[in-house]
Amino acid sequence: MTDLDKFLEKINNNIKIEPKDWMPDGYRKHLQRQMSQHAHSEVIGMQPEGNWITRAPSLRAKVILLAKVQDEAGHGQYLYSAAETLGKSRAVYIEELQSRKAKYSSIFNYPTLNWADMGAVGWLVDGAAIVNQVSLQKTSYGPYARAMVKICKEESFHQRQGYEIISKMALGSPEQKEMAQDAMNRFWWPSIMMFGPHDQDSARSGDAMKWGIKIESNDDLRQKFIDKTVAQAELIGLTIPDKDLKWNEETKHYDFGAMDWDEFWSVVNGDGPCNDDRINHHIKAHEEGRWVREAANAYAEKNN
Amino acid sequence: MDNQGDIWEVFIQSKPGLAHKHVGNIHAMGKEMALQNARDMYTRRQEGTCIWVVKFADITSSIPEEDGSFFEPSNDKIYRQAVHYIMPEGSKNI
Repeated sequence: MTDLDKFLEKINNNIKIEPKDWMPDGYRKHLQRQMSQHAHSEVIGMQPEGNWITRAPSLRAKVILLAKVQDEAGHGQYLYSAAETLGKSRAVYIEELQSRKAKYSSIFNYPTLNWADMGAVGWLVDGAAIVNQVSLQKTSYGPYARAMVKICKEESFHQRQGYEIISKMALGSPEQKEMAQDAMNRFWWPSIMMFGPHDQDSARSGDAMKWGIKIESNDDLRQKFIDKTVAQAELIGLTIPDKDLKWNEETKHYDFGAMDWDEFWSVVNGDGPCNDDRINHHIKAHEEGRWVREAANAYAEKNN
Repeated sequence: MDNQGDIWEVFIQSKPGLAHKHVGNIHAMGKEMALQNARDMYTRRQEGTCIWVVKFADITSSIPEEDGSFFEPSNDKIYRQAVHYIMPEGSKNI
């Protein structure tokens, strides 16, 4: 049996691939790209929410938001750790983010304009991320699967706190309800596009499914998210901004309208409202922290 | 290239009486920072009562490709398993 046969046999028998196992070069490269993109998304994702920590409307809201942003940092670390087992250092991954060679979820290139957006981000953005991450718990690469299990345990708090915020506003004064609806209008489409292109347009999906990296397709995951979110919106009186959205009795799923992929790709490729801010802020924080890393290294060497 | 510190593997005992279990790793400069980072990273929700950190470079691992020959000595010794032994008909509590 060749190395490739043995590898595929493990995949077919649901035996996880571990760092020291033989793996095809394409498998390693796909994981390096996907896992680092996932890690970068967690870390860049701290910025739109971090934006509101100092202006949270109550002490309770502030400590919750702080804990959530801290969790996102933790999730980024889990993922960088897992990605490093593929033989590429964290410093290189971070360099690729800062030089824009690596991508992160394009949703974080949208601004968070007011407090209602904290609700929409937690409810919709984290909600979409959870659907994807629950599926990835079964991914074929051991360290990635283990990181996903940990992340999923923590992530449901994130979605619930978001839904709490937006439902309070949606059920509040007319002005608050208007803010909640406005946040929903801005975040709905980018959220459902987080699952990526339609299956037939997703160039890399074939290998990823064959190798057990992806378990469910982009379109299936998107449908799952939409199906469970519609009722949550209805419950608090918010309208999903899609005139084509309607229940399909035959398929037992919601049909929905066409997504604007031109906008999606233009944001991915750097023309979103906040792309430059996000990367520049990351570089700034990284550079301003350099002396701390140097001092810590000097201290550790002295005490060796 | 930026120095992100050494990689430390993290083991957590979730409650007294249980073994320490590997949970992942962190980057840190020195033991003390490794413990603090492990605490912040892996015990934000009362996941543990004790943490071990071990520098990744200090761990020796067996090699998966050599699994066959490495674990071979135990493969043909089924007499190490309790089920190997035939008990007399009617024996109880053994």
